[in-house]
Amino acid sequence: MSSISKRFSTLALSFFVLQTSVVFADATRGKSLYESRCVGCHSIDANRVGPAHRGVVGRKVGGVADFDYSPALKGSKLVWDEQLLQRWLINPEALIPGQRMGYSVSDAKDRTDLVDYLQTQK
Amino acid sequence: MKLVVQSALSRRNFLATTTLLSAGTVALLAGNTALAQGLATNPSADVGILNVALGLEHEAINAYQLGAGSGLLQKPVLDIAVSFQSHHKQHRDALIATIQKLGGRPVEEKKLDEYAKALNAAALKSQGDVLDLAARLELGATNAYLGVIPAFKDAALAKVAARLAADEAMHWTILTNALGRPLPASALSFGA
Repeated sequence: MSSISKRFSTLALSFFVLQTSVVFADATRGKSLYESRCVGCHSIDANRVGPAHRGVVGRKVGGVADFDYSPALKGSKLVWDEQLLQRWLINPEALIPGQRMGYSVSDAKDRTDLVDYLQTQK
Repeated sequence: MKLVVQSALSRRNFLATTTLLSAGTVALLAGNTALAQGLATNPSADVGILNVALGLEHEAINAYQLGAGSGLLQKPVLDIAVSFQSHHKQHRDALIATIQKLGGRPVEEKKLDEYAKALNAAALKSQGDVLDLAARLELGATNAYLGVIPAFKDAALAKVAARLAADEAMHWTILTNALGRPLPASALSFGA
């Protein structure tokens, strides 16, 4: 394959990935999912059974000052970003053993939309 | 008539790791302590998950307390709210007993003021506001307990979760009716 072809292929692949992300990430749907699945324990602006979610993206794991985290989360050095939130929602215990959240989201589209919604809650 | 179109979106909930709950825990929740004592358990994992559920029950009890004490609820809605609160107290007591049997320390109830702040009780200005808050919490609890069921290998644990979910779904249904909202347009609207 020529150099130009390789570059074109890379560009096309990048565009596809970008296109996929833009098309399928749906914060509005994510909000609906959040209302049906997360509000049992969480709120955007208040600590309840789980910590408040506003500003979660970019925040240190276990970083809400006045929330009583598990030692596992309190001692984590990780910082929440899109990828880490995705991994967390797939299986919290696998990501940070000893944490307390038993909730997981098996569907990739649901995870993407939830994370997209959380990213809007700055 | 306005139709409420229930989302077909998945509502699997926070207790999805309930495979960690042992058969012994199931027996305790089901009131069969003799059976529970004869079964191996995984206390630390069980206690953590049960304490999350207990936290939800504490919050529900206090939410109804806030509603009942608000002066916004009229009879017979007030009586129904108090009745629902008593159900949550029974859930709480069962969870506490189970956690203690497993050697754990039940998570403590917070002060009413803390729940009021977290649930933004100051914004409640009418009976409808109170009922709407209660309905949201009951739906969350319903889906939480339903979320347990697919992970079960033990049919007895699935049954316990289903019984808890049934109580919460019953609450949500009555509250929705009291709010004058129509029933879900589609079947299978819970726990999807």
